Amino acid sequence: MVMSDTPAVLVQQLQKRYGSTPAVVDVSFQVGSGQIYGILGPNGAGKTTTLHCICTLLRPDAGQVEVCGIPVQENPKAVREKLGFVAQEVALDKVLTGRELLQLQADLYHMPRPLAQERIATVLQLLDLTDRADERTGTYSGGLRKRLDLAAGLLHQPQVLVLDEPTVGLDIQSRLVIWDFLRQLKNMGITVLLSSHYLEEIDLLADRVAIIDRGTVIAEGTPEELKARVGGERITVKLQEFAPKELAERGAALLGSLPFVQQVLINSAQGNALNLVVQSNGEDPLGKIRSHLQAHGLELFSSTQSRPSLDDVYLAATGQTLLDAELAAAEAATGKKKK
Amino acid sequence: MTATASQIQSSRIPFLTADFWQETFALTRRWFIQLKRRPTTLLVGIIQPLLWLILFGALFQNAPAGIFGAGQNYTQFLGAGVIVFTAFGGALNAGVPVIFDREFGFLNRLLVAPLTSRFSIVLASSLFIVSLALVQTAVIVGADYAFGAGIPNGPGLAVVALIVGLLVLGFTALSLGLAFAMPGHQQLLALIFLLNLPLIFSSTALAPLSFMPLWLRWVASLNPLTFAIEPIRHLYRSNDWSFADVVLQAPWGDLTLAGSLGLLAGFVVVSVLLVQRVLRKSLA
Repeated sequence: MVMSDTPAVLVQQLQKRYGSTPAVVDVSFQVGSGQIYGILGPNGAGKTTTLHCICTLLRPDAGQVEVCGIPVQENPKAVREKLGFVAQEVALDKVLTGRELLQLQADLYHMPRPLAQERIATVLQLLDLTDRADERTGTYSGGLRKRLDLAAGLLHQPQVLVLDEPTVGLDIQSRLVIWDFLRQLKNMGITVLLSSHYLEEIDLLADRVAIIDRGTVIAEGTPEELKARVGGERITVKLQEFAPKELAERGAALLGSLPFVQQVLINSAQGNALNLVVQSNGEDPLGKIRSHLQAHGLELFSSTQSRPSLDDVYLAATGQTLLDAELAAAEAATGKKKK
Repeated sequence: MTATASQIQSSRIPFLTADFWQETFALTRRWFIQLKRRPTTLLVGIIQPLLWLILFGALFQNAPAGIFGAGQNYTQFLGAGVIVFTAFGGALNAGVPVIFDREFGFLNRLLVAPLTSRFSIVLASSLFIVSLALVQTAVIVGADYAFGAGIPNGPGLAVVALIVGLLVLGFTALSLGLAFAMPGHQQLLALIFLLNLPLIFSSTALAPLSFMPLWLRWVASLNPLTFAIEPIRHLYRSNDWSFADVVLQAPWGDLTLAGSLGLLAGFVVVSVLLVQRVLRKSLA
């Protein structure tokens, strides 16, 4: 195993800007051979730009990118042979049938006809597409289209499969199928690099994760490491179903004064719920919180307790939740359009 | 910049490799499958030039005999013009499906593949558009014959095909270059709209040079469409033609049949070099 020494993907101090807008400011990470590696971040964080630089679709402004030890900028063609890329938007020619699309793909990778036919049959079966292969892709559902796109990305048996938001916009059933499939790929020894803004997707699948915010890696490690590093226990407290801001602020001040509460945040996306980080030492923090609130004339409407999640990792690094960042990004996007 | 050097090198050699032709023919096949399943494009592309022939032919039916050149009526005169601007129209629009491929992300599928040369994308479209233009040309030549305009002799028809092929190659390459360079399809469509009719009206498609004021004669005799129209017109006029025949008396001198073929070939070379440049510049 000579390969195991060379990372499947190496990104060092990558930078890319569009005009005066920086998309990637400082991104570095390494994907070990055979891993599932996740890039997590809100929309507009620079995930797609990073992946496009790896897949030779964009030229980096600065930094080093290597795939299987091959520098992307010096030898893009060799990199393209090692890589499969499945873009966020499924782009199929809806007039072609699934099989015709795969045949086109095989020709673009210069496969001899018999080999192509054999591989096409294999990927069709692998993704359970055989029955629909001779229908035009225009008749496919979203999940089916995504599966065909995956089949196309795998046809030339790449060493590294890069997927940009593979399950965005899909129903739960299709997402489960794709998650299962990505695990299967890992068992086949294929390195998988995927981006996502779904926490649970990365948490569930990834061996390691880089969390990206505004073009910068803000945390990197295994999901367990990252969560352990944040530490503490999470308690979300609601004073009312939808608490007014003043009430939430009063509650936050009260709870912030408790010695075991490390952090209080008012989460507007959850109806001004209070997100607490507590260091409980095995005692009953929730009971203390309830009695402290009652002593000051406030009632607990509801509460949930949890171990730290990747969202907490994101929260600890940026001061906002992933959902808040999503909302802010969406707002900024519509604001731009109005101008 | 070793990358650029190796890219330039690899874009020169590939034409001889089987890989290059495999990817090119695969991409051409895609356009033909689309045409087969959406035959409207072809149907419209055949009906339209026939309408041109009938309507424009009728428009000048009562023009005094001989003013379009010795022994020619307007239908005869118009045939060459319709052949050329039909082929030109198809070539000019070649970039449209490609820019939609770019916008929908289909192009990325081609760009992440280890293509021997990205010129295969250009060549695939060119082969398709040239085939289409030759079918259209055959129909127009047939219809023109039925309308009594005569027909070039055998070798003459071969030269007509060559001229149409060269013209279409040149404009297809330009259109694809624009499809890669323009920000989006709105801009490309606007530009095509802007170029289409003025290029036709500033050529000899509809009227001979002698009808034009001097400034327009200059413009028309530098317009690549004219380099295609006049030799075809000449092949229609004379069954006893040779490559040394003068086909156009331009303000800057006499243009022979061989000369116009040379100019068209030069036009193709310039267009292809331009699109190569755009491919290298706008795609990583």
